[in-house]
Amino acid sequence: MSAHSKSSPLTTYFAVWGALLVGTFLTYEAAKIDLGVFNAAVALTIATTKALLVALFFMHLKGASEKLLKLVVISTVFFLLILLALSMADYGTRLWS
Amino acid sequence: MAAVHSEAHGETHNPALLHHFATEEQQRDASSFGMWIFLATEVMFFGGLFCAYLIYRRWYFGDFAAASKSIDAFLGGTNTAVLICSSLTVVLAIWAAQTARRALMIIMLLLTMLFGLAFLGIKAVEYKQKFDEHHVPGASFSFEHESIPGHPDQYANPRHAQIFFALYFVMTGLHALHMIVGLGIFAWLLWMAWKGRFTPEYHTPLEIGGLYWHFVDIVWIYLFPLLYLIDRHP
Amino acid sequence: MSMATATAQPVERVNYLNKEYGVWSWLLTTDHKRIALLYLLSITFFFFIGGFFALMIRLELLTPAGDLVQADTYNKLFTMHGMVMIFFFLIPSIPAVLGNFLVPMMIGAKDLAFPRVNLLSWYLYIIGAIMMLHCMLTGGVDTGWTFYTPFSTAFTNTKIVEAGLAIFIAGFSSILTGLNFIVTIHRMRAPGMTWSRLPLFIWAHYATSIIQILGTPVVAITIVLVAVERTLHLGIFDPKLGGDPLLFQHLFWFYSHPAVYIMILPSMGIVSEIIACFARKRIFGYSFVAISSISIAVFGFLVWAHHMFVAGISVYAALVFSLLSYSVAVPSAVKVFNWTATLYKGSIRYDAPMLYAFGFLGLFTIGGLTGLFLACLGIDVHVTDTYFVVAHFHYIMVGGALMGYLGGMHFWWPKISGKLYPEGWARLAALIVFIGFNLTFFPQFILGYVGMPRRYYQYPQEFQVLNVLSTAGATVLGVGYLLPMIYFLWSMRYGKPAPDNPWNAAGLEWKTPSPPTTYNFEEEPVVTWEAYNYDEIDAAHKEEVPVAG
Repeated sequence: MSAHSKSSPLTTYFAVWGALLVGTFLTYEAAKIDLGVFNAAVALTIATTKALLVALFFMHLKGASEKLLKLVVISTVFFLLILLALSMADYGTRLWS
Repeated sequence: MAAVHSEAHGETHNPALLHHFATEEQQRDASSFGMWIFLATEVMFFGGLFCAYLIYRRWYFGDFAAASKSIDAFLGGTNTAVLICSSLTVVLAIWAAQTARRALMIIMLLLTMLFGLAFLGIKAVEYKQKFDEHHVPGASFSFEHESIPGHPDQYANPRHAQIFFALYFVMTGLHALHMIVGLGIFAWLLWMAWKGRFTPEYHTPLEIGGLYWHFVDIVWIYLFPLLYLIDRHP
Repeated sequence: MSMATATAQPVERVNYLNKEYGVWSWLLTTDHKRIALLYLLSITFFFFIGGFFALMIRLELLTPAGDLVQADTYNKLFTMHGMVMIFFFLIPSIPAVLGNFLVPMMIGAKDLAFPRVNLLSWYLYIIGAIMMLHCMLTGGVDTGWTFYTPFSTAFTNTKIVEAGLAIFIAGFSSILTGLNFIVTIHRMRAPGMTWSRLPLFIWAHYATSIIQILGTPVVAITIVLVAVERTLHLGIFDPKLGGDPLLFQHLFWFYSHPAVYIMILPSMGIVSEIIACFARKRIFGYSFVAISSISIAVFGFLVWAHHMFVAGISVYAALVFSLLSYSVAVPSAVKVFNWTATLYKGSIRYDAPMLYAFGFLGLFTIGGLTGLFLACLGIDVHVTDTYFVVAHFHYIMVGGALMGYLGGMHFWWPKISGKLYPEGWARLAALIVFIGFNLTFFPQFILGYVGMPRRYYQYPQEFQVLNVLSTAGATVLGVGYLLPMIYFLWSMRYGKPAPDNPWNAAGLEWKTPSPPTTYNFEEEPVVTWEAYNYDEIDAAHKEEVPVAG
C-alpha cells in the first residue's frame, strides 16, 4: 500500500519549475538552429524530459512506493507507441513495392 | 469523492470515508489510482490525434512546416510558460493543504485558475489571428503563395496546409476544452477549500484534481513543439 | 423476489432485491447488484432490437432477388444490426451484468471501488442507447457498423453524427466500467485473496478492462474526427485535401479489433468457472489460463490491420500484421487445451450451464480456427468481404460470447434471483440454441467460400438453398433465445427457492445468501484456500447431491 503522499521539499518544486521554464526556452531556441532531421528528435527529447519532470515530481510518481502507478504509465505509453509505430509500418513502406 | 456521509453505526470515523472502503488509506489509494487510469484513457484519446498528425507531418513535411511557421510561436511559448507556472501553483496548493496553510492554499488555487484563464485568453488571441488570416479550414480558407521554409522557390500546397490547420484546431481545441473542464474542477476545489473541507489528513480531491491539471500541462508540452516549431530556421 | 402468499411464510430475509422498493430506489441505487440488473434489462431490450434487424436481413436473403426491402434500406438493416449488437449488447453484456454483479463478491468486497461511477456508467449507456434509438427511428445509418470514410464523411446523407455521438457516449460507459474493475481488483480484495487465488472470471475481467481503458478512447477520437469532418468540413480523411481514408481505418480498427476481445474474454472467464464446477476439478494450468487472458489483451492490440489486408496498406505491413495475427491465436488455444485437460478424469455433470460451456468449446474453436484462415494473406484475398468472414465472427460472437453469457446467466441465476430455473427446459433450450446456431451459420462458411459477398441483398440463384437453410436456422435460434427469457421470468415467481450454493461451487460469491444482502458479506472474509478447491469441497459434502430445478 502506498503511504500518504509525501510532500517534496519546496526546493524540489521550484527547481523543477525552473527546469521546465529553461526547457521551454531551449526548445524555442533549438528550433531556430538547422539540425536537419534531428530538429524533431531534439524537440521531442526536451518535451519528454519536461513531461517526465512533471510526472515524477509534480504528480508524485517518484514517491509512489508501489510499482503499480509506474506500470500504468509505462503500459499506456507502450500501447500509444504501438499505435504510432505499427501505423507507420504501413505508411512508411507503402512506396516500397 | 468528498461526499459528506454520515453513518449510523458504532464506529467513529472521518465523515468523508465511504461505506464500502475499509480504511481511509484504501479510499485515498483507490481514488488516486482511479484518476491515473482515467489519465491513461486521456493519453490514448489524444494519442489518436498525435497519430494522425505524425502521419501527415511525415507525408507533407514542407507544407506542414510552412503552415506551422504562420502560427505565433511566441504566444505558444508564453502559453507553455503560463501552464508550467500553473502546475507549480497546483503543487504549492497541495503542499499548503498538507501543512495546514489555508490562506496560502486558497491563494494558490486562485492563481492556478488565473493562469488557466490567461492560457485561454492567449489561445483566443491566436485563434483570432488565424481567423483574420483565413487559415481556418472551410470555405474561406486561403493559404496561397506561402513559401516552404528552406525552399524559397516552392510554394506550400494549400490543400495539405488545410490538413495541418484542421489538426491544429482539433488538437488545441480539444486541449482547450480540457482546460475549461479543469477550470470547472478547480472552481469546485476552491469552493471546498474555502469551506474548510481540506485538512492535512484529507485533501484527496486536491491531489486528484492536481493530477488532471498536470496531465493537461503535459499534453501542451508536446503540442507546443510539434505544432509551433516544425521548422523555425531563419 | 418476495411474493407474499396467504399461507404462513417464514419472515422474508432482507436481501438486495427487497431491501427497498420503488422506482427511485432502483434508479438512484449504488448497489452493484442492482446496477447489474438495470443493465440486464437494458441490454436484453437491445438484444431484441438487434435481433429484429437480423430477422429482417435473413428474411430478405430467403430469395435471390432484392424484393423485401430496397438496397438503401438493406444497407441500414445490416448497419443497425451490427451497431446495436456490438455496442449496445455484446460489449456491455457480460462485464456490465455478470461482472458488475460478481466481481465484488468474488474478491470479498462490499461493492466496487466507485459505486457512483458505476451508476453513472449505466446512465451514460442509457443516454447513448436513447440517442441510438432516436437515430434509428429517424432514418438510421447505412455505412455498415464500420463507418468507413470517405463514404461516411463525404457522401452519405444518413445520421452519422448522431449515431457516432451515441456510440461515443456508450463508449464512456464502457471505459468507466473498465476503470472501476481495475481499481476494484487491485485495491479491494479481501485479506488472503492473492492474485493466484483469484477466480479466472476475475482475471478475464481484468484483462477485458485493460482493453476497455486503452482501446475505447481511440475509437472515441476517431468518431470525433468523423463528426468534425462532416459538420465543420475539417477534412482529415478527405482525399480531395490530400487526406487518407485509410487513416480512418487504422484508427478505427486499433480499437475495434481489441473490442472483439472485450466481447470474448469475459465469456472465457465464465467458461472457466463452469467447467471447474461441473467437472469438479481445479482448472488445469490455472496460471497459464490467467496469463493467457492478459496475453490476449496485449496481443490483441497488435493485429488490427488484418481487417485492412485488401484496403490498400503496404504489403510489408500486411505481412507483419499477418504474422502477429497468427500469434494472437496462441493464448486462446492455450485456454482451449487447458479446459479440455480439466475435463479429463473429471466428474462431469451435464447441467444447462455445462451444456453451454461445451457448446462454447466447440464453436469458439471453429470460429478461432477460421480466423487463422483469414489471417493468411492468400486466403484472405479471396474470402474477405464474403460470408466466410460473417460466419467466422458469428461463430465467435454468438457461438462463443453469447453461449458463455447464457451459460453464466444459468449458472449464477440462483444467486442473482434466489430462485432455481427449470433444468429440463434449460437443457432443451441449450440444445435448440446449438442446433439453430449451426444451421444458421455453418452454411455461411460455404456461401462465403463459393463467393457470396457480405452486405449484399441479392445473390445468384445457385446460392439460394444455403441461404434458406441459414434463415431456417435463424428461426430455430430465435426460439432457443426466447425460451430462457420465458422461464427465467417464470422462475422469479414460481421457481423453487434456491439454496445458497446449489452447485456446491467454489468461489466467495457462493458463501453469500441467495439472493445476497446489499453489502454481500456480514464480515469481511479471510481467504485461506486456493481457487477451485473442489477436492476439499467434495470431501466435505460427500453425501450431498447438487440440487437441480
